[in-house]
Amino acid sequence: MSSPPGSRSAPGAGREADMAAVPGAQGAPGGPAVLAPAAAGDGTGPDVRLEVIGLEVRLASSAADVVSEVSFSLRSGEVLGLVGESGSGKTTVALALLGHARRGLAITAGQVRLHGVDLLRLGPSQLREARGRTAAYVPQDPAAALNPALRIGTQLREALTAHPGVTPDVPARIAEVLAEARLDAGTDLLRRYPHQLSGGQQQRVALAMAFCCRPSLIVLDEPTTGLDVTTQRHVLDTVRSLCRSYGVTAVYVSHDLAVVAELVSQVAVMYAGRIVELGPTAEVFRSPAHPYTRGLLAAAPSPERAEILVGIDGQPPRPGSRPAGCSFAPRCGYAIEACSAEPPPPVQTGSRLVRCIRAATIRAAARERTPVRPLASARPATLLSVRGLAAHYGPAQVLSGIDLDLAPETCLAVVGESGSGKTTLARCIVGLHAGWAGELTFDGAPMAAGTRRRSREQLRRIQYIFQNPYTSLNPRKTVGQIISQQLGHFTQLSFQQRSARIRQVLADVALDAGFASRYPDQLSGGERQRVALARALVVEPDLLVCDEVTSALDVSVQAVIIELLRRLQADRSLAMIFITHNLALVRSVAQTAVVLRDGRIVESGPVSDVLERPAHRYTARLMRDIPRLTAGAPPESSRSPAGH
Amino acid sequence: MAAQAGSGAARPAVPAGGPGEMAAYRMRRHQWLATLGAAARTRRGTVGLTLSGLVVLTAALGPFVAPYSPTAFVTVDFAPPTARFLLGGDDLGRDVLSRVLNGGWVLLLMAAAATAFGIIVGTTAGVGAAYLRGRSDGLIMRTVDVLLAFPQLVFALLLVSIIGPKLWLIVIAVGMSHAPAVARVLRSATLDVCERDFVKSAELQGLGPTKIMVREILPNLVSPLMVEIGLRLTYSIVVIAGLAFLGFGQQPPAPNWGTMINENEIALTVNPWGVVVPTILIALLTIGTNTFTDAIARVAIGVERPPDEAALIDDIGGREPVRLP
Repeated sequence: MSSPPGSRSAPGAGREADMAAVPGAQGAPGGPAVLAPAAAGDGTGPDVRLEVIGLEVRLASSAADVVSEVSFSLRSGEVLGLVGESGSGKTTVALALLGHARRGLAITAGQVRLHGVDLLRLGPSQLREARGRTAAYVPQDPAAALNPALRIGTQLREALTAHPGVTPDVPARIAEVLAEARLDAGTDLLRRYPHQLSGGQQQRVALAMAFCCRPSLIVLDEPTTGLDVTTQRHVLDTVRSLCRSYGVTAVYVSHDLAVVAELVSQVAVMYAGRIVELGPTAEVFRSPAHPYTRGLLAAAPSPERAEILVGIDGQPPRPGSRPAGCSFAPRCGYAIEACSAEPPPPVQTGSRLVRCIRAATIRAAARERTPVRPLASARPATLLSVRGLAAHYGPAQVLSGIDLDLAPETCLAVVGESGSGKTTLARCIVGLHAGWAGELTFDGAPMAAGTRRRSREQLRRIQYIFQNPYTSLNPRKTVGQIISQQLGHFTQLSFQQRSARIRQVLADVALDAGFASRYPDQLSGGERQRVALARALVVEPDLLVCDEVTSALDVSVQAVIIELLRRLQADRSLAMIFITHNLALVRSVAQTAVVLRDGRIVESGPVSDVLERPAHRYTARLMRDIPRLTAGAPPESSRSPAGH
Repeated sequence: MAAQAGSGAARPAVPAGGPGEMAAYRMRRHQWLATLGAAARTRRGTVGLTLSGLVVLTAALGPFVAPYSPTAFVTVDFAPPTARFLLGGDDLGRDVLSRVLNGGWVLLLMAAAATAFGIIVGTTAGVGAAYLRGRSDGLIMRTVDVLLAFPQLVFALLLVSIIGPKLWLIVIAVGMSHAPAVARVLRSATLDVCERDFVKSAELQGLGPTKIMVREILPNLVSPLMVEIGLRLTYSIVVIAGLAFLGFGQQPPAPNWGTMINENEIALTVNPWGVVVPTILIALLTIGTNTFTDAIARVAIGVERPPDEAALIDDIGGREPVRLP
């Protein structure tokens, strides 16, 4: 079972020992010894709290592996970040840590040893006893995880009374955890229902529920996805302080590298169901050794620098159709022939474990970042002008006193948190929302409210890209039909001319002509968003309104789309309104920015001014709260490597 | 056998466990065929399709194989079965077998027509109400409420007794009795579809409401429509056969399963076949269509879908909280 440092176990021979590491790692200077000694049999040293060995999850129907050879170990108080894009299997691993597999999946091999007890070998009642008591889970969407029909107090009590041995004084414990989760118990919080709380409060309640039995392991599955940056900052602080004060071992699942960078001491990057790189956070992000980690880092936008984002082309392979060799090889710029021969074994270098045979080369290679070349300053003319716009939904006022000017061929970023009215603003401009007053002038001509009262030419010249490409394409139409319908409506082209235009626009968004006969559900999220772009561009608009167009996409795909938008804007002399909650993205795409808060513009100006020298304290706060990849050393690293 | 016919029709739509890519592509093109095929291959669907298929075959081919004219007096009143008259004679000495074989197709056609009528009217009303919202919604749905307040069968009886037992009238009356329920179901299904962005995208093109409803929304209502069609067909069969039993339908001497039950019930002890066989056929037909509809519904909502790995894999790994359709 034990393999000497650096030795390559034959593929498949040592599944259990694979990721379980190497004696040498323990003493590595600077690197906390997360990796358990290799002798799996008695490897559970006194300080190793969670040890995962050769975890494997397969599809129940076809036995294709969804997750395999996942091994790591954590000491008490250590937080592991499990990062990866959708489909990488990170949530599957997270659930498997509590002995759970979703319907259709089965845990087929491996051990999850918590305090030396293998959770996967427990019977149903023992497992129930362990869940919540010793191992707790915080789900991604607290709104769905809390029972809408029960009061918060009832749900918290339930979590405690399910494990009677935890504490004799339930109300006292509830007050205690609420304070720890920074929830104000003084109000009638316990008597409220989940829908009466904000998203951030709901997530704190979920945290309080997870921490109330003082578990020794807590699994957090993207707990801040969907929260605003400021709320996210607060939740992250809460998680950090809770883990620290109780020495809880935590596994934090996230798709957001920056979030992980600030919180965790160890990071495991997952790709196609395997951990491809595992090591101390700061080190992994400073000098990534796996090409996938490298790609993810290059794709992540930064609020500090205006630079070209480099995405990763292609898609991760699906379970059952993973290539024989390295799963990443087909998308990898460093791939050589040997890569597709056999799955790369994990290689230990220093405190790092990497599944790449070219890790040394890659680590040595310089990481280049290309700054965005500023667009030549645009003509002084005004394409779109908004004066005193006030919008309402029924009696609720959503926007008021909005003044905007957009020059031709420039990109304006509209930034704000959820509920700030940024989507409403976009919908007023394109005509989807008719309940507004004020003045909207496009190219000198006033625009009416609502699409029905606008001319066909106005409709053509302003195109809108929806946030969610999963609903913006009719699933019953082919890509060709979707684009052709748009063309047929706005132009009088012959069939041949139309087909030529469709081929051309598909090429412009980097899709080949074969996509025209596909249906949306055969496309990935990024491809769908490109089709939506093609549908807008095919009628040659002057203004493109992009509403959070990348928020439903993975970071590597987001980079590709942003880069595409930037290029198209320059090539086609487009004006663009780019709506986003992600301040980091603004830098890479826009020239000017406005910051919206509660339906009012609090700040506007050139992007660099707004981001670097925010005049309004709201903008300053947003900038401060963005998690950063480069933010010094994560707080945990201040502790000694040995831990405790 | 019937099941094979079903899956044969859907052959291009469903792969035999092949790689998902091409299959998914074809699925879209004929989604209704794919659903039918998938339903036919469930146990429930096979049973349902077989039962209703047998009855439909009897009704459709019966007139060509019937040994005697259905209206000819060929034997004694209520004659018990013999080798020449396998099911004996009816109240006027006509061959029961011949009348059974001839008595189904009009009933089936009427049921199909009534279903089609009800579905078309109901779908138009429901989709229109949901998409147009506002006043149209209020007007349509209140009308639906009023129609629903009438007892279905009594309403049909009332019309027929006023105007007379015309077949077209029965078809319309039964169809109209379905429309409100269909409208309600389709309205709620449409509300869901309307929320999706591709509908707004069509509005941004300046497409008119009719085009949006027909081109964008309707193709996304295939599943609920298929379930409704099945349910309504079952119901139509029962109601139309029932009306015929009460004397509203084809008039004597035309053969009709419903009428036959009425004609021959007095001699249940002498020659029961004149009652039992039509009853069994109607029962088998409704049980069959109902069971098959159940299979369609289960396939459509995914309770009994053949394991679809693609769907499962989509679920793997965290995704941003996107509301998927």
